[in-house]
Amino acid sequence: MNGEQGIANIRSVLQTVDDPELPSVSVLDLGMVHDVTLQGRNVMITMVPTFAGCPALDFIELNVKKAVEDVEWVDTCDVHFTFEHQWSTDAITDRGKEQLKKHGISPPPENYQPGDEWTVNCPFCGSDYTSMENVFGPTACRSILYCSACRNPFEAMKPVVSLTKS
Amino acid sequence: MTVVENAEQAKKDPSYLKALTELVYQLADDDFIISFRGAEWLGLAPHIEEDVAFSSITQNTMGHAVMFYELLEELGEGNADVLAHERTLEQRRNGIYLEKRNGEGAYHEEPYYDWALAVVRNYFYETFKKIKMEAISTSSYKPLANVASKALMEQTYHLAHWKMWMNQLQHATEDARERINSRIEEAWSEFEDVLELGSYANDMLKHQLISSEDYLKEAWLKEVGVNIANPPESPLGKKYGSGRNGVHTADLKQALQTFAEVYNSDKKAVW
Repeated sequence: MNGEQGIANIRSVLQTVDDPELPSVSVLDLGMVHDVTLQGRNVMITMVPTFAGCPALDFIELNVKKAVEDVEWVDTCDVHFTFEHQWSTDAITDRGKEQLKKHGISPPPENYQPGDEWTVNCPFCGSDYTSMENVFGPTACRSILYCSACRNPFEAMKPVVSLTKS
Repeated sequence: MTVVENAEQAKKDPSYLKALTELVYQLADDDFIISFRGAEWLGLAPHIEEDVAFSSITQNTMGHAVMFYELLEELGEGNADVLAHERTLEQRRNGIYLEKRNGEGAYHEEPYYDWALAVVRNYFYETFKKIKMEAISTSSYKPLANVASKALMEQTYHLAHWKMWMNQLQHATEDARERINSRIEEAWSEFEDVLELGSYANDMLKHQLISSEDYLKEAWLKEVGVNIANPPESPLGKKYGSGRNGVHTADLKQALQTFAEVYNSDKKAVW
């Protein structure tokens, strides 16, 4: 397996590793995979953590390692979290956003600037006739909302972006 | 400014290393103890949504403490869990006001905690944390600057939350106003060491790890002045001494005993 093929192969494997608290949304689509490098049959993966203190991170690290080491040609996989690059909700892919909606979670607003107000459309009916019940939710990255159009409670990803946007 | 890229580089200059580790201990211990006091509110907050919000903030802040303890681990101070659980009172560097009990009673026994204390303490602390993290986000020690930038992106939600409580209670009933005001008065005589950097402050400044104490203090006074209806006229005080130099009260002893109870029962256990 040559370098480029190998990396493509690993990325396709990462597409199957989901966030344990967001089944069906892969770590790749969440924008958590910063870099994949190979040294022969050894794989090094650099990841960026979502929220600090998120208890899912340890599980994600283990699941990624296990999935990659299950690949036939791979000997070892090292997963490393870095703070050198900050995760932001802008890193979530379009597919990630679609998958979030299926899970009843609205994706974060695009091009959000810190301090701005933001509107959240209902992931079920698409209406913007919604209200924020609680900025904080069941996990650090989510808020709790209510849709007055279809009368469903739902969740949304909080926008998390750098305050000093470069 | 000479940027120090990693722990190995930092270890080459003993004066730099000492100032850096002192600063990171303060950051770690502050976030740690305020999270512990926050955790003691679990299930007791004024309403269910607040319980969700406060515990989420607390979990996130404990996550920040972990990032700082892990920086210390890289700098050769020992395992992060050991640093959090086993250090003695004298080794702790948190501001004393942050260790204060939540009110009367204990978590398992008649917890008559005081919400006004929670609001004032967290509002004052988060306001300062923003100022401090901003100052550290351009620190000469790159790994610390990175962690500060990360914390800032998340902490903005914490600050907004406590600011909202502060504004609402100050403009609510007479009873609410009085309770908040008396906790502000109390904080005013105790909060000063939280704003300080301890005996290595000059070295921290010299090595461009953080801004000066004077700057930090001024920035905090200016910011809270905007949100407090009637700031006390008396100067800020540190009634019980300076936690930055290892001085602490019986309240911290109680907190550490409770926090480390399970850990101490079996130190080799893997959780």
